[in-house]
Amino acid sequence: MAYDKFTVLTSTAVPMPIENVDTDQIIPARFLKATERKGFGDNLFRDWRYNGDNTPKQDFVLNNPIYSGKILVGGKNFGSGSSREHAAWAIYDYGFRCVVSSFFADIFKNNSLNIGILPVTVSPAFLDKIFTAIEADPKAELTVDLEKQSITIVATGESESFDINSYKKHNLTNGFDDIDYLQAMKGEIAAFAEKSLY
Amino acid sequence: MSQVPATLFDKVWDSHVVRKIEDGPDVFFIDRHFIHEVTSPVAFLGLEGRGVKVMFPEKTFATADHNTPTINQHLPVQDPLSANQLKALETNSAKYGISHWGLGNPKNGIVHVVGPENGITLPGMTIVCGDSHTSTHGAFGAIAFGIGTSEVEMVLSSQCIMQPKPKKMRINVKGKLGKGVTPKDVTLYIISRLTAAGATGYFVEYAGEVFENMSMEGRMTVCNMSIEMGARGGIIAPDETTFAYINGREKAPQGAAWDKALAYWKTLKTDEGATFDKEYTYDAAEIEPMITYGTNPGMGMGITQHIPSSEEGGGSKASYEKSLQYMGFAEEDSMLGKKVDYVFIGSCTNGRIEDFRAFAAIVKGRKKAEHVTAWIVPGSHIVEQQIKEEGILDILTEAGFQLRQPGCSACLAMNDDKVPAGKYAVSTSNRNFEGRQGPGSRTMLASPLVAAAAAVTGVVTDPRTLMA
Repeated sequence: MAYDKFTVLTSTAVPMPIENVDTDQIIPARFLKATERKGFGDNLFRDWRYNGDNTPKQDFVLNNPIYSGKILVGGKNFGSGSSREHAAWAIYDYGFRCVVSSFFADIFKNNSLNIGILPVTVSPAFLDKIFTAIEADPKAELTVDLEKQSITIVATGESESFDINSYKKHNLTNGFDDIDYLQAMKGEIAAFAEKSLY
Repeated sequence: MSQVPATLFDKVWDSHVVRKIEDGPDVFFIDRHFIHEVTSPVAFLGLEGRGVKVMFPEKTFATADHNTPTINQHLPVQDPLSANQLKALETNSAKYGISHWGLGNPKNGIVHVVGPENGITLPGMTIVCGDSHTSTHGAFGAIAFGIGTSEVEMVLSSQCIMQPKPKKMRINVKGKLGKGVTPKDVTLYIISRLTAAGATGYFVEYAGEVFENMSMEGRMTVCNMSIEMGARGGIIAPDETTFAYINGREKAPQGAAWDKALAYWKTLKTDEGATFDKEYTYDAAEIEPMITYGTNPGMGMGITQHIPSSEEGGGSKASYEKSLQYMGFAEEDSMLGKKVDYVFIGSCTNGRIEDFRAFAAIVKGRKKAEHVTAWIVPGSHIVEQQIKEEGILDILTEAGFQLRQPGCSACLAMNDDKVPAGKYAVSTSNRNFEGRQGPGSRTMLASPLVAAAAAVTGVVTDPRTLMA
């Protein structure tokens, strides 16, 4: 599925300084019954965001109007658990384009990259600086520059570089996906399959 | 010519790389692809949008499991959204010529149970499914891992996915397991040592005496839980136990094809001198029946221990305290004697015949505790049949338990099998995340023996005290 190209993003950010934010929190299983990819943002963090009677939980960050933006900043081991791509869809559908953490679960990271969300891994020290900056000023902006592979706290100018392989970087910058790439090499795959034992 | 010593993982991975992309992922060929109703519909929509066909429909197998009722499966599914999702799997499978074991089919069951029991899962294969517990199939010496829906679409359309090769870890467990200590305890012990993120970025080979002596069912339980420490998958070298399990299963090779396959499978082991990026060794004698006390699978301990303090527990103090608060537990609490409201035995982790044998061994001659609601859910119809044939059903019935029909059930509670808010469940499944078994539910992960002990006593109980 096509997604928006990612180049440079400057935005305020939503802080979630909790470790091991798992995919069941991001989108609980009971909301996985759809057969189309739409509306998942409504149920993003459903059980942290709403009470049993569907009233908003006032102390949850997404319900706090002072925080907003296209960047979600999470604690260590963000996205652990299930392979449900619905978790990444929910984050994208809600309006986030970038998730920052000191550590991502593998499948979540892959899923994010595949749908056009940039997962940015920073050092634990830099993550703390981001949380501190947002705590001091909820309107503090971050700039994520994919080409330069850097993330900057705009107010202080503090910056750190992040890793991404050049293949994925190229895809995100241009809005390409892996399926286009694979379709273009089907002859090579068919020849490989001929020799396959199974 | 002497070859560089290779790990089992290297041998299988490297033989499936179609193309290496410089500073990018490998184009990785997939031998077997399992699909289910929840993570496949959007992938099929993607194919239609692109006007692309399924490249090798005979390499994909569909089964309905995540979102199915575990009672009255002969009746129409009540929830219209669930019914629609099941129908989509059936329609898409028929349209593209994919084998489909839907609700009511005698082969139906949890994808990671039916694959192996029908001989679809074989050593040396690459296997994926839109489900993180695909790691289960690594028990056969296959590279198996969970993928997202975009990748499901990749496999359907090109039989390949794009994957960077993970790093390699080996976990050795030496010695012999004590009384009442099961494969589930081995894996919960390892995860408690490594933490829920301790193997992220790695593929794990399990080696040593404990795994060599383990049944295929036990190996599947261990490999299944690999993802719970962040590993993409786990793998165990195939041996005589593996070959004996596979031999004669419906889709396993036969005759000359069997001989040829067997000769290849025997080469699937880590060479002497091959190296790993990380290696850990544990002593089986250190492992006792395990139970979790928190909201990630790394928060586990021996059942006679006390809940660690936040300093001992590791990670951030705030996250640790949030977790204990959710569970309604306190640092230094003993888990023994804590009240249990629900017991669930089943799932791709512990829904195989051996698990029900273990459960029945404790339950036999005892009665279900009155206040406990128990969900006994076989992993497949084949397991259900075995439960009946082996007399396990009689033992369960005598003790006041009812057997349900196969499916993922209360493991992820997509269907009606939900633990109510605030209630405590001892569960043989794989995740104790907040609300995993229903909004507000509190899950304690454990083995079938610990689950059985809780079911008959109504509290967390060391199963060894109930064993002869």
